[in-house]
Amino acid sequence: MNQQGAVAPSSSRNRIVQLEDVRVRFGADTDAFLALDRTSLTVEAGDFVAMVGPSGCGKSTILKLVAGLLRPSEGVVFVAGREIGAERIGIGMAFQNPTMLPWLSIRQNVMLPLKIVEPYSSTYRAHKNTLFRDRVEALLEKVGLGGFGDHRPWQLSGGMLQRANLCRALIHEPKLLMLDEPFGALDQFTREELWSILQDLWIDQRPTVFLVTHDLREAAFLANRILVMSSRPGRVTEDRKVDFARPRTIDTTYEKEFTDLTHGLRSLIVAAKQKEKVKS
Amino acid sequence: MKLSAKVREQISSVTLIASLFAAWEAACLIFNVSPIVLPRPSQIITTLVLQLPALWPHILQTLVTTMIGFGIGMVIGVLLGVMVGVSRAAYNAAYPLLVGFSSIPKVAVVPIFVLWFGSGTVPAILTAMTTCIFPIVVNVATGLATTEPEMEDVLKALGASRWQVLWNVGLPRTMPYFFASLKIAVTLAFVGTVLSETVAANRGIGTVMMMASASFDVPLAFAGLFALALLGILLYVVFALIEQRICGWANRKNEFAMA
Ligand SMILES: Nc1ncnc2c1ncn2[C@@H]1O[C@H](COP(=O)(O)OP(=O)(O)OP(=O)(O)O)[C@@H](O)[C@H]1O
Ligand SMILES: [Mg+2]
Repeated sequence: MNQQGAVAPSSSRNRIVQLEDVRVRFGADTDAFLALDRTSLTVEAGDFVAMVGPSGCGKSTILKLVAGLLRPSEGVVFVAGREIGAERIGIGMAFQNPTMLPWLSIRQNVMLPLKIVEPYSSTYRAHKNTLFRDRVEALLEKVGLGGFGDHRPWQLSGGMLQRANLCRALIHEPKLLMLDEPFGALDQFTREELWSILQDLWIDQRPTVFLVTHDLREAAFLANRILVMSSRPGRVTEDRKVDFARPRTIDTTYEKEFTDLTHGLRSLIVAAKQKEKVKS
Repeated sequence: MKLSAKVREQISSVTLIASLFAAWEAACLIFNVSPIVLPRPSQIITTLVLQLPALWPHILQTLVTTMIGFGIGMVIGVLLGVMVGVSRAAYNAAYPLLVGFSSIPKVAVVPIFVLWFGSGTVPAILTAMTTCIFPIVVNVATGLATTEPEMEDVLKALGASRWQVLWNVGLPRTMPYFFASLKIAVTLAFVGTVLSETVAANRGIGTVMMMASASFDVPLAFAGLFALALLGILLYVVFALIEQRICGWANRKNEFAMA
């Protein structure tokens, strides 16, 4: 519809992510499948972008493009001014599946990025029992896992593991944070609690966040900007600014403007799904 | 309560084994089976105990041969397993070869080793090695291949190299598979050693059994069998204990649930 809308607001200075006419195809030449069609997108540093849309429309694909896990079939992806792939900037990532390593304690799990990402990795040995340990402890405290550092992953509930997962994604204070349905498997209350925690962490560290979610309230609560996608082939059809004051609270979600927004998003996605049905 | 259940379980399994031997003993007595056909367990154990000084060097020989073959097999198995597990190309090339090689009965290989190295310890070591490699390779490769894709994505997004992914996630994840395969591999290596000894060697339990059956000393042949079984169990237990020590995290879940 209006991809221009997605490109327009970018004033050149602060863009951290830029997709230019990106296409992604899966499969061999003959039965190649276009997962993402001519997508252009610019995201400013420090923004919180949520992506919503019907299942299979290419949300995770965009995340993987930006994280450098996937190369575009056409077009270019710039991250922090460089074409992605050559050098990474230590992107934090968290999925619905928390994937804590069972042979490590929660603290060691959360510390893992410090072992890999510069400038931490070069002094990892020296600091792992002092500076880094305190840092992990402080972050665990913030997400409500204070005192659980020595526990093993199997001793924690799903909600607690997801908190630890957030910590692991944020411990190295990444410039970019990619979240793929991180709260999808949690109950309503835990989820809402984690929204507030994530919002606080974002206000603290100010990473640029890409959040993929199926929960429109979640998108509206957390994001500054919501991208609505349509499927087959995936493309961004709508780019909404969300201006509710921060910090937002759960009460915000019951205000009229908020429900109007989620309602509007809902009808957009339903329309996208309908179109898809007509096509096939 | 739970502990007594565990003890009860152990008692029942010991009773079962004991009654099996008792039944064997009784059957031999009732049907008056000649010791030349099937000796009674009591006769076998007596022979084993009486002959132990004479058997001991052979037992040691078999053990040492097994451990050397197993040690070499383990190193090669791990290297192959990592290669196969990490690289698609290596997987495609190595897998058919491995399957083909493992389906060759090892009896068929012994004469070739004897041809190359003469009879004695070397072919026994090589047979032990070749028998035990396959499960190690398969398990190490499987362990590496089962790394969650999400975990790999998380690390790659952080900028981790393939080597870092392997070191931090792949190899530790593989440990339980590796140790599970060691338990099996060590018994297989044992089988390989004895196999080679029965064909071409002048020391080892396999040789003893060959000579015993050639001279119709059936109780001694069975004493050899018992010694083999006991050694096999011993090796298995040792590696099971090592596994528990190192990979406790893989089983800890259940332990906690039960505690
Ligand atoms: N590795 C792959 N090989 C082939 N097709 C793929 C691959 N990854 C994704 N696809 C296809 O690309 C399309 C977009 O996938 P993607 O995972 O980005 O969807 P999504 O929007 O994240 O969906 P969901 O909301 O269900 O997670 C889907 O139709 C999917 O089948
Ligand atoms: Mg997805």
